[in-house]
Amino acid sequence: MNKYFPHTEGDIKEMLDKIGVYQVEDLFKDIPSSVIHQKPFNLPSALSETEIREEMARISGRNQKMVSFLGAGSYDVYTPSVINALTSRQEFLTSYTPYQPEISQGNLQYIFEFQSMICELTGLDVANASVYDGSTATAEAMFMAVVHTKRNKMLISKAVNPRIIDVIKTYAHFRDVELEFIDEENNQTSKTSLLARLDDQVAGVIVQNPNFYGVIENLDGLAEPIHANKSLFIMNVDPSTLAVLKTPGETGADIACGDGQTLGIPTAFGGPYVGFMAATTALVRRLPGRIVGATTDLDGKRGFVLTLQAREQHIRREKANSNICSNQSLMALHTVIYMSLLGKTGLAAVAKQAYSNAHYLCEALVKTKMFEKANKNPFFKEFVLKSKVNVGELNKYLGTLGILSGLNLGEINPKLQNQILFCATEMRCKEQMDDLVRKVEGFKNVR
Amino acid sequence: MYDKLIFEISKPGRVGYSLPKSEVKDWDIPEELTRKIGLDMPEVTELDVVRHFTRLSLKNYGVDQGFYPLGSCTMKYNPKINDEMAGNPNFVGLHPLQPAETAQGALEIYFQTSKMLSELTGLAEFSFNPFAGAHGEATGLMIMKEYHLQRHDYKRNKVIIPDSAHGTNPASASVCGMETIVVPSTELGTVDIAKLKEVLNDEVAGMMLTNPNTVGIFEKDILEISKLMHANGSLMYYDGANLNALLGVSRPGDMGFDIMHINLHKTFSTPHGGGGPGSGPVGVTKNLVQLLPNPRVVFENNQYRLQSNPFSIGSVSGFYGNFLVVVRAYTYLRTLGKENVGMVGKMAVLNANYIKESLKDYYKLPIKGACKHEVVFDGLVKGEASTLDVAKRLMDYGYHPPTIYFPMLFHQSLMIEPTEMESKETLDDFIEAMIKIAKEAEENPDLLHNAPHTTIIRRLDDVKAARTPIIKYKDFL
Amino acid sequence: MSKVLENLKYAKSHEWAKIEGKFAFIGITDYAQHSLGAIVYVDGGEVGGTVSQFEEFGAVESVKAASDLLSPLSGTIVEINQAVIDSPESINSDPYANWIIKIEMSNQKEIGNLLDAASYQKLAK
Repeated sequence: MNKYFPHTEGDIKEMLDKIGVYQVEDLFKDIPSSVIHQKPFNLPSALSETEIREEMARISGRNQKMVSFLGAGSYDVYTPSVINALTSRQEFLTSYTPYQPEISQGNLQYIFEFQSMICELTGLDVANASVYDGSTATAEAMFMAVVHTKRNKMLISKAVNPRIIDVIKTYAHFRDVELEFIDEENNQTSKTSLLARLDDQVAGVIVQNPNFYGVIENLDGLAEPIHANKSLFIMNVDPSTLAVLKTPGETGADIACGDGQTLGIPTAFGGPYVGFMAATTALVRRLPGRIVGATTDLDGKRGFVLTLQAREQHIRREKANSNICSNQSLMALHTVIYMSLLGKTGLAAVAKQAYSNAHYLCEALVKTKMFEKANKNPFFKEFVLKSKVNVGELNKYLGTLGILSGLNLGEINPKLQNQILFCATEMRCKEQMDDLVRKVEGFKNVR
Repeated sequence: MYDKLIFEISKPGRVGYSLPKSEVKDWDIPEELTRKIGLDMPEVTELDVVRHFTRLSLKNYGVDQGFYPLGSCTMKYNPKINDEMAGNPNFVGLHPLQPAETAQGALEIYFQTSKMLSELTGLAEFSFNPFAGAHGEATGLMIMKEYHLQRHDYKRNKVIIPDSAHGTNPASASVCGMETIVVPSTELGTVDIAKLKEVLNDEVAGMMLTNPNTVGIFEKDILEISKLMHANGSLMYYDGANLNALLGVSRPGDMGFDIMHINLHKTFSTPHGGGGPGSGPVGVTKNLVQLLPNPRVVFENNQYRLQSNPFSIGSVSGFYGNFLVVVRAYTYLRTLGKENVGMVGKMAVLNANYIKESLKDYYKLPIKGACKHEVVFDGLVKGEASTLDVAKRLMDYGYHPPTIYFPMLFHQSLMIEPTEMESKETLDDFIEAMIKIAKEAEENPDLLHNAPHTTIIRRLDDVKAARTPIIKYKDFL
Repeated sequence: MSKVLENLKYAKSHEWAKIEGKFAFIGITDYAQHSLGAIVYVDGGEVGGTVSQFEEFGAVESVKAASDLLSPLSGTIVEINQAVIDSPESINSDPYANWIIKIEMSNQKEIGNLLDAASYQKLAK
C-alpha cells in the first residue's frame, strides 16, 4: 500500500462489483492493446519521505546561494516572514480558480485588492488578476495594441531587456506582427528615433522604465505624439520603483505591464514570478485574463465575482485575444501581502534604499579606478560600468569568493565588451558592498 | 462574515514592516523623475495583515479540506513534502542567471524531470519554460507551425480541433496566428473520422486532441487518426489535461502524438494556488527537439547547462518557467517511483466509473459504456432544476461543485473527476449527497433554485458586475 | 417561438434592418437577445465608420457569451444609439425598438440578400 492510494483490495472488489466488471483492466478494453504499456517503466524506485529529504539535500547541495549584485530581470528582494505563513494556508494554496464565487470569496477578494494596488502603483484605471511574467505580459500588451488599433506594427526600444525582446519576437513572429526597433543612445531610448518611426501602421510603442541598463528613461513629451498617431503607449515597469518614480499614468501611458517579482518574490531560479497588466478605462475589454469585480448577493451583501468573462478563452474560443487560463494567482497574493505590509511608507522606503545603495556602490566602484560609468544618465538600482579589467575573469574570480557579480554585457552583446551591469537592491548592506569593492580590488592584485 | 478590504482597515501611521537601518547616505532621486500623485496603499500592522488574510482564507475551500470533483481539473491532493522541498533556500535563493556550475542542482531537477516525463509519455524531451497548460499549448502549436516552415511548407496554417475541445485549444491556435477547423464529434463524443477526412488537405498543420476526450471517453480510433494525419503530412498534438486517465497505463507518444503539453498542477499534484502558478511543460518527439523553446537544459561533459539554438521557436518566457512548481512535480515523481505510477490511471478510472454507476439513475448519462477518469452527466433525470442549481445546492452539502456547462456538447453538462487519491468512503458520501439533491429536485426544486443557502454569501449578481464594473477599491468611492 | 416583426429585414446571423428611405436602423433580434441572456455591453463602432454587408462592425456581450455584430447592409454609420450603449439591458426588454446603429446605405440592392420575416422565422424558432 502506498500513502497516496487509499483503495484496499476489499474496496476494489466492491467497486468492481458495482460497476459490473471483473478487473480494473476491463475498464481499459477500448484502448488498443498495442498502446497498453506492458513493460515496467524505466523510472527510479519509489523513495520514502526520509529518502526524498536526503536526495533533495544532495541535489540542492549542488546549488550555491551567493551574495548577489546581479539583476537583469531578477532581483534579490526582502521577503517578509508573514508571506509564506499566509500563502501556505491550504485555503489559498490548494484551492481552485474562483469560478464558484460563493465558496471562493477569499481568492476573489485578494485578487480585487491586487488589482486595486496595481492601479494605485501604476496610476492607471484598470488591472487584471495577473499573467505569467513580465515578458509575456508585454507580449499580451502588444496584442492588445494590435487588436485595438487594427494595425500590425509595434515599435520597441532596444533599451528593453533582451530577454523581454526575445519573447516579444517569438510572439510577433507567429502572429505576423511586424517589429521595428527604436535606437538607443548612451543606454537610453532615443526619442528622435522613436518619433521618426511613428506612422499609420504603428499599433503601439514599447519602452521599459527603468530600462535594461538600469537607466531611468525621460519619457516626457512622448504620449502626445504617440496618441496623435493613434498608437498605444506601453510601458514595462518595475513596480517596486513606482512608489517613488513618475508613474505610467502620469507619463500618459495607455498600458503598464511588468513583473511583480520585485514585490517580495524570491529569485527562485526564474519562477514562479507574476506578470501584471494595467490600462486606461477605455482598454478594459482588451485586457487578457481574469478580472474580479464587486457586486452584491441575493441578500444585498457585498461580494466579488469574476467579471467581464466574455473576453476570455472559454467563451471567445478562437476569437479570443489571448488564450490565458491559469495565471500566477498565488504569487499575486504574495505581492498583495507584501504591499499591505510595506504599505504607503514602506514601499517608498525600500525603493529609496535600493536607489541609495546602487549609487553608493557605483561611486565606490568607480573610485577603484578600475571602472568608469558607461553613461551619465540617472539610474535606479542598476548601472553600467566600463571595465578596465576582463569582466569574464573578474566575475569568475568573484564567484570563487561566493559573490554573484554583475551581468557581463559582452556575453549578450558583442558591442558591449567589458561592460558590466551591476545591481544593488535594498538587500545589500554597506558591509557587503564594501566587501565587494575590496574583493574587486583584490582581483587587480591577483592578476 | 468578515467583510473588510485591506484598505478599509488601514490607519495612517501604522506600519507592517521592519527594515534594517542603513549606513549608506540618502541619495535623492531627481525631482522631475519622481511620482507626484499620492500613493494610497494600506497602513496596517503585521497583525492586521495576518488577521485579514487569515479571515479571507476562511472564505475559501481547498482540496485539503474536502472533495473537489472538478472534471478536467484533476484536483488531487497536493503532498506537503513537495512544498517542503520547494521551500529549500538553495532552490528559492538561486538567481536564474547565475553560472551553471553554481546551479547544477536546479538544472538537474529540470533535466531529470524531463527524463521521467519522457518515460511516462513516450516523447523524447520536455521543456518546462511554459508557465501553464494554455501556454504549453501555444508553445506546442508554435513548434508545429515552425516545423512546417523549416521544411519550407508554407501553406500549413490550419489546426483541426474537435468541437468538444476546451476553449484554450482554439484560442491557442489564434495566439499563434493559426486558423481553427472545427471537426464535429459523433454521438459517442469521439472524433468523427469521416468528417475528419473531409477537412484534410495540404493546409493542415496538425490536429489538437485530448485523449480521453473532454467527455471522458477514450478515442479508440486514435491509431487510425494518427495514421491519417501523418499520411497527410500533419502533426498530432496531445492536450495533456486528461493525462491522469492514462498515467502508468498508456503513453501518448505510442499513440502517434508528436507534441504534447502536460499540466503539472493537474496530473503531477502541484497545488492550484487559487488559479496558479501551474506549469505546462511541452514534450516532443526526437526530431522536434531542436525546436523546443530557448533555452534547453542539456547534459554534456558531466555538466548540466543551458543551451540556446537557432532552430528553436524562440523564447516563450523570461527565464525557464515556474521552477519551484517543477521541484514539486519532481518530488511527487520520486515519491511515486516505478512501483506506483501504474496505479494512478487505474485507480482514477475505477473511481470515475464507480461514480458513474452509482449516479446514472439520477443524472442523465449521455454516453453509455465505460468512461475513463471523468464522467459527464447531462443534467437531472427527473426534477425541475438545472445543472447550475445542482452545483449551487452541492455547496450547502459542503462540496465544491463539479465542472458545469463544459463540454459544450450537452446543454446541462456536469463533469465529475474524482482522481485516484479519493477513498471509496469519500465517493460514497458524495454520491449520497448527489442522490439527495436529485430527490430534492423532484420534491422541492426551489431549494435548488435559490441555493446556496448555508454558505457565507449567496448567489451573486454577475450581470450587475459586468454592467457596472467595479474592479478596484477606488471605484467604490 | 421568438418574436419576429413583419416590416423588417433579417440576416441569418440574427440582426435586423429597418429601411427608412436611404437610411437603415440595425439591431439584434429577439432570438439573439434570448440566446445571449442578460446583455451587459454593446459596442457599435463609431459615427463615420463604414460597415459592409455581413461583416463585423461591433460586438454584444452578456455574462456568459460574446457575439460579433454583423451588419445586414453596407454603408456609413450616421448615428449610434447612445441609450443602448448606456443601458444595454434595454435590448433584452425590446430588441426591436432599441436599435444599435443607424447607417446611410451605400447599395440598396443588397436588401435583396436579406430574409423577410417569414423566412427568418423559420430560422429563429
